Amino acid sequence: MSNPYSEKQCVISGVGQSEIGRRLPRSGLQLTVDAVKKALDDAGLKREDIDGVSSWPGQMQNSAPGFSPVSITDLREAMDLKLSWYNAGIESTQMSAIINACMAVASGQARHVICFRTMTEASSMAKGTRSSVQGTGSQRISGPFQWQLPFGAFSASSWAALIASRYMHEFGASREQLAQIALNARRNAQLNERAVYRDPLSMEDYLSARMISDPLCLFDCDVPIDGSTVLIISHKDCAPDLKATPIHIESVAGPLYGRDSWDQQDDLTRFCAEDAGKMLWSRTDFSPKDVDFAELYDGFSFLTLLWLEGLGFCGRGEAAAFVEGGQRIARDGELPLATHGGQLSAGRTHGLGYFHEAVKQLRGEAGSHQLAGDRKLAVVSNGGGNLAGAALLRKD
Amino acid sequence: MGPVPELDELNEFFWTSGADGKLRMQYCDDCQYWQHPPSVCCRKCLGEGIAPRELSGEGTVAAVTINRMPWMPGLKVPYVLVIVELDEQPGLRLTSAMPSVDPEQVAIGDRVKVWFEQREDVWMPFFAPLA
Repeated sequence: MSNPYSEKQCVISGVGQSEIGRRLPRSGLQLTVDAVKKALDDAGLKREDIDGVSSWPGQMQNSAPGFSPVSITDLREAMDLKLSWYNAGIESTQMSAIINACMAVASGQARHVICFRTMTEASSMAKGTRSSVQGTGSQRISGPFQWQLPFGAFSASSWAALIASRYMHEFGASREQLAQIALNARRNAQLNERAVYRDPLSMEDYLSARMISDPLCLFDCDVPIDGSTVLIISHKDCAPDLKATPIHIESVAGPLYGRDSWDQQDDLTRFCAEDAGKMLWSRTDFSPKDVDFAELYDGFSFLTLLWLEGLGFCGRGEAAAFVEGGQRIARDGELPLATHGGQLSAGRTHGLGYFHEAVKQLRGEAGSHQLAGDRKLAVVSNGGGNLAGAALLRKD
Repeated sequence: MGPVPELDELNEFFWTSGADGKLRMQYCDDCQYWQHPPSVCCRKCLGEGIAPRELSGEGTVAAVTINRMPWMPGLKVPYVLVIVELDEQPGLRLTSAMPSVDPEQVAIGDRVKVWFEQREDVWMPFFAPLA
């Protein structure tokens, strides 16, 4: 573990988040600048200190309105950033903004890197364009989507639902067990004034909710928002100069060993979460039992079950039993999950929101939804289907 | 019910295979290995001795979902989507639909057989219960 270029050279020096809402009167770029200013202030850094920007998936406003409306160039021009290094692109794991920033900082290409993820999906939907649904136009379909869209599998909710159905069949998991992911997220969101959905949610509400694609109902799918989240990744040598408690990047991983496909995996219900977990733990001396809380991806509730198994918090096929009743994953349980409400209730910030929350919790700055006790080690995960990344964050 | 695939030199044999009622996928004679989606070489041996070969068209439902969300104007719901594991090889699968049957009657483990529906110059491989 003495690799001088590993992620262990890096800290999260600052975090910032714009207003998060169902439909905001600010553009994607305005929201991004809002979040950058907050992150700079949080870290005690100036705009002139920033010499890198890292993002995923890069601007794709034309192909998927609202999914990623802001380019690095947009941000660079708006804030007149002087960049020694910058990078974004979709042919990379969802957590690649963080992984690449760590590599850039550890190798000396940059010293303070802004990582951002901006969504305006709520506003785009209000205008009648749903970025998460492809192939609704008249054009022909090429590339990987040709194996799903022509059959009517238009949305990731159907792709995930197919895998969820297989999982429930193989392991006897029930909707009541899966519900605990959504119910836990909502209970935490009720304490978080920035969460999008804060009304009480009962098991009865869940079981009687509109089905989207069986076995996933409305409450198993995350909520599109407008908003931007920013992290600043800095070299750990900078830590003494920072305003905030630095959060160390102990380990990070985003491998792709299996098929990049929703139906050709060797094992339909394993997916990439397991590979990300193995690689994550191979890069640290910590183990799952050391983790104080976890911000696991819940773009679909079902993905959280795959992460619990993939990261080794429970055995293969045991995740539904692990979450049954909700006590283990509650804020006073052995492994609190989705402490801000997750993407299911706090909004689809699409990956970086979990980092923002983990940093706030580790520092003890989560305010009304702060966990009890001193929390030193957290896992964050992104994706979980055919792409997956995980990070282990540590406070000294 | 859905858009039409763009035909290219790799996928054309697959999407037009149903013209004679047969499902075909790439097969490597050297490895006795079926692969899908089609590619330029065998993903096992990297050899180019792969060619489209006829399958039985029979398989087992490995995963099922009923989509109930009208994702676009005019989309009739509910309808049933499946992942079918084909008999020829473990893990050789197709995501497809079963538009000719009652969605509520489809279950994992069901034995199914392919049938085709022409959509412009493409033959869509759908599935229906075997026998």
